[in-house]
Amino acid sequence: MSAAKFSNPVVRWIDHRLPVFSMLDHTANEYPTPKNLNYMWNFGSLAGLSLVIMIVTGIVLAMSYTAHVDYAFESVERIMRDVNHGWLIRYIHMNTASFFFIVVYLHIFRGLYYGSYKAPRELLWILGVVIFLLMMATAFMGYVLPWGQMSFWGATVITNLFSAIPIVGESVVTFLWGGFSVDNPTLTRFFSLHYLMPFLIAGVVVLHIVALHRFGSNNPIGIDTKGRQDTISFHPYYTIKDIVGIAMFLLLLAIAVFFFPNAMGHPDNYIPANPMQTPAHIVPEWYFLPFYAILRAVPDKLGGVLLMFGAIAILFILPWLDRSPVRSARFRPVFRIFFWLLFIDALALGYLGGMPAEGIYVTLSRVATAWYFLHFLVILPMLGVFESTKPLPKSISEPVLATTGEAA
Amino acid sequence: MAKSTSNSKSPSADGVQEPARRDFIVVATYAMGAVGAAAVAWPLIDQMNPAADTLALASTEVDVSKIVEGQAITVTWRGKPVFIRRRTPDEIARANAIDGAELRDPQEDEARVQRPELLVVVGVCTHLGCVPLGQKTGDVKGDYDGWFCPCHGSHYDTSGRIRKGPAPTNLEVPPYDFLSDNVIRIG
Repeated sequence: MSAAKFSNPVVRWIDHRLPVFSMLDHTANEYPTPKNLNYMWNFGSLAGLSLVIMIVTGIVLAMSYTAHVDYAFESVERIMRDVNHGWLIRYIHMNTASFFFIVVYLHIFRGLYYGSYKAPRELLWILGVVIFLLMMATAFMGYVLPWGQMSFWGATVITNLFSAIPIVGESVVTFLWGGFSVDNPTLTRFFSLHYLMPFLIAGVVVLHIVALHRFGSNNPIGIDTKGRQDTISFHPYYTIKDIVGIAMFLLLLAIAVFFFPNAMGHPDNYIPANPMQTPAHIVPEWYFLPFYAILRAVPDKLGGVLLMFGAIAILFILPWLDRSPVRSARFRPVFRIFFWLLFIDALALGYLGGMPAEGIYVTLSRVATAWYFLHFLVILPMLGVFESTKPLPKSISEPVLATTGEAA
Repeated sequence: MAKSTSNSKSPSADGVQEPARRDFIVVATYAMGAVGAAAVAWPLIDQMNPAADTLALASTEVDVSKIVEGQAITVTWRGKPVFIRRRTPDEIARANAIDGAELRDPQEDEARVQRPELLVVVGVCTHLGCVPLGQKTGDVKGDYDGWFCPCHGSHYDTSGRIRKGPAPTNLEVPPYDFLSDNVIRIG
């Protein structure tokens, strides 16, 4: 990190005293990156972009939103009808929330497939799970703000989860509500926290990146880089690759915003909140459905809540559940089969969470829930012992040079 | 970036390097990026301009028949006070007694009213936006018997023109029409 590499004397003067340019240069320019990253490594930058879009549009929306039970719904409708470009800004905020989760889910499954959570990247992974939890809390509170029927009953059901806590449950829920039902105090505190939490996420993202840059990105082969011959500089190679991903992301986002803005929402949330009547079939936003399915699969209040939170909590200890020394699924033939079974299981839970809690759906939810925990608690630890993995290449360069016939 | 593109440049006959196709692509990419950023920024900035419902409230109708001679009322127009005063013959005479061209903000009284007895001005001091006194009986009306702004001491006459103090211009006359003899619409 020498300041002399900048040609602009003003930049050099500042950097000598405040090395922000050196930090940026190190982070986004010369940062050595494995040269074999595929497009699955695009979702980190896309998640970062999503966070920026959410914060920018959210700050703008807050200029016209009123956090009060009597005005919240109307203020959102005013944004949609009267505020200049308000419809566009709100639809971008709504749809980017969904896209943020799509991107983060792909990011998580990328990590699962290529073993990115393994030593020495355990803290990097754990920070990612923290971000995921913060995202879920932020998204939930944001969904309450328009004060439609789904907002109100979503808030009621989710806060009531805490009533499952033995002895103090009811007191905790009263505390969360600031009263004896979801009402104005609940709405105002949710607005405050919804504004705060994205900045907490941004802070954890910084830690996530610091932890990432300690050992560098994992890669599709999952073996450590062995020096300069295995890496390329972040700029221009991965900046360009990230921009390709960003262009695709924005294209899909624009299609959603302009042609299907409410496809990932629920029409009942355009009905003003009515504390006297619950809609016949309430569902959370789609990105919560797998966890919602787990909650409903268990025929016990406390048990359902515990398993639902456990489904996320289990990710925290994943680095110690999977003891296999091989990271990438490319060299783990049995793990690869179970990975895809888990992927299908997660999709199935998502589907089942959106179905009515009756008949065959309940049975299937239970099977899928059991499989989810079986995967992490039994199959992964056993694979670490019994699976015979394929031989690993000596370096990232080796398989490439071998196929082109050049000497290593 | 410039270094890596220089390889693809070929010197022309006079030794000057021609821009390469790579340079064109780079400039075109930056230009498109700038256009895109501006297009995205505009809605985020424009949303701070008055919304459609705010613009829809930009006119106010007032029944002026109840104002007796010498009395003034204050109405709200676009969130600001508007002073409507039915002036006495004496006040009209005093407003016309001076040559408007000699004032700080030169204007004749007749240019500021549609009917001499009814003066309509925006009740916001042109100095820094305070509301001048002089509407209520008992208010200080200043040295010229019009309005007096207590914030920084501007004196307005019976035509709402600045006569003394820091304000640079006369009280603004809003656009208004007589819908009938008794009703005016401001805005």
